[in-house]
Amino acid sequence: MRRYFGRKIVVYLSTFFLAVTIDWAIPRFMPGNPILNLLTRVAGRPETVQHMYNYYSRIFGLDIPVWKQYINFWIALFHGDLGTSVLMFPQKVTAIIMRAVPYDIFLLVPAILLSFYAGNKFGAFAARTKWLDNTVLPLGYMLTATPYMWLGILLAWSLGIVAGIFPIAGAYGFNLQPSLSWVFILSLLEHWFLPFVSLFLVYFGGWAIGMRNMIIYELEADYSHYLEALGAPRSLVRKYAYRNAILPQITGLALQLGVVVAGALVTEVVFSYPGIGYWILQAIQNQDYFLIQGCFLFIIIMVLIANFIIDIVYVIVDPRTRLGMVGGSA
Amino acid sequence: MTEQINIEKSERMDKVPVKKQKKVNEFIYFAIRNNKLKIGLGIVLLFILLALIGPLFAKYDWNAYIGPMSQPPSREFWFGTTTFGQDVYTQFVLGLRATFLVGIIGGGLGTLIGIIIGFVAGYRGGIVDEVLNVLTNVVLVIPTFALLLIVAAYLKVRGIMIESIFIGLTAWPWAARAIRAQTFSLRSRDFVDLARMSGMKPLKIIFTEIAPNMMSYLLMTFILQFGGAILIAATLDFIGLGPTNTISLGLMMNYAVMWGALQFGNWWWFVPPGFAIMAIVGSLYIMNVGLDEVFNPKLREM
Repeated sequence: MRRYFGRKIVVYLSTFFLAVTIDWAIPRFMPGNPILNLLTRVAGRPETVQHMYNYYSRIFGLDIPVWKQYINFWIALFHGDLGTSVLMFPQKVTAIIMRAVPYDIFLLVPAILLSFYAGNKFGAFAARTKWLDNTVLPLGYMLTATPYMWLGILLAWSLGIVAGIFPIAGAYGFNLQPSLSWVFILSLLEHWFLPFVSLFLVYFGGWAIGMRNMIIYELEADYSHYLEALGAPRSLVRKYAYRNAILPQITGLALQLGVVVAGALVTEVVFSYPGIGYWILQAIQNQDYFLIQGCFLFIIIMVLIANFIIDIVYVIVDPRTRLGMVGGSA
Repeated sequence: MTEQINIEKSERMDKVPVKKQKKVNEFIYFAIRNNKLKIGLGIVLLFILLALIGPLFAKYDWNAYIGPMSQPPSREFWFGTTTFGQDVYTQFVLGLRATFLVGIIGGGLGTLIGIIIGFVAGYRGGIVDEVLNVLTNVVLVIPTFALLLIVAAYLKVRGIMIESIFIGLTAWPWAARAIRAQTFSLRSRDFVDLARMSGMKPLKIIFTEIAPNMMSYLLMTFILQFGGAILIAATLDFIGLGPTNTISLGLMMNYAVMWGALQFGNWWWFVPPGFAIMAIVGSLYIMNVGLDEVFNPKLREM
């Protein structure tokens, strides 16, 4: 087990190092100068512009050699400082991200966990049940093949605009201030529901068919047949098969996190839900590379942390990794 | 999100069918009797046909303002018109072409890289395997659009090609992992050992001993990559990182949302592109299950 985690940590650290380096390079690889971008908004006399240019260069830390910038980036990173936003100047990137994160967690964690649980249970239940298999399988495939934003658009249009049941933009009513009142919480839930459902449905389809395909392999395995031959009830055989089939699903969750996050980003864009995805789009449109950099860095760190949690869960559910055998597949 | 399926199959490595030429007839026998394969393939072919001959019937330029604004589907405008009076049918069939192009180029490139890295890592093992594993992890963690963002900033005019290539360059990790695991299990089989002992070169062993035994697997990997590339392209187009000099299904949805199709109730503008993507990718996935049943006798329904 120590070897298992030792190897994992080496992989994580090198991944983190490379990913942060690439992320650091993003604004510096960009053509044009982010500060000139900012200055075009405040036209003035040439001397003033020059003065401001120097001032902003110092603020953004761009007036020193590149290698120093790189080291400073790491130092600042460990101080939780991701620089200053150009779009929302003079707000700190960290402040913007911290404001957005609660919405992401509120949206993503329930969607991922609930769909993982429900999808796996349902997929296992549907496998080898002829009529369910024939209806659920095509439905699951269609759901998982649905572009996230399209489902979002359809829901927003049908339930939001035509039926008028749910609001389709923002995280709470425009006339409300964040507070701990029932009105506010209700408004929060109302705005949360559609993005949540559209994410949940697409994820659900993926897990359901993943599990269905997986458990069929297990039900055809020798141990299942043996158990059946011994006269074990169907539910017991399924229970054992399920426990074996869930392992690759957990690995799949780790592998799919990138896709899951991308799905959340476009869903937020459709519903103007003020999470990280919304800010990334704003940043792209306004060429605010520092904000983009901060958002990406945040996503990278979160994905790594989630991966690590999944690894720990894997050790808990797969005894082979605990015993130092070669069980972990990821 | 179905991609994980392949990975787990690699956990059941003992079941990789080691097949020879005479089995081909058997596969064809089961292929023409497999409904999932037939239906999936039928729908995909239907859309390919539409993408090929559809534009021949398009009367207008996709970008030209040719008709009345926000017209519902009619005899003159089969799929209606956009908020600006562009013909939705023309955009749709041209977008279909772009979609298949992304699938073939992006999916093909992703599969190719996955195969190379998977074979090398799985066959060589050791330090090569570890290094490639770190590389795979990095690509897995970095969002595709981080790279595309840089490209987008440099190239103000972008085509489908560039987008497809970048999708291919970032979409290979899961394929590499799955193929690596398969190769790993085949590597220690008797017939590979025998080939090694008889002094065969590693490259030749991979191509003549290992690859033929995973042909069905590689085909299915390509199909999944194909579908995945289409979905990624739709996402990228939707946030404005897609092609700038042509139309695609993702861009149609992007424009529809941007120019108020929801508020005006112009459903004919945003329903067809998403539906086409869903139908194509979903059918590819279902086809894949069918193929799996054809190649793997244990999965055939009795």
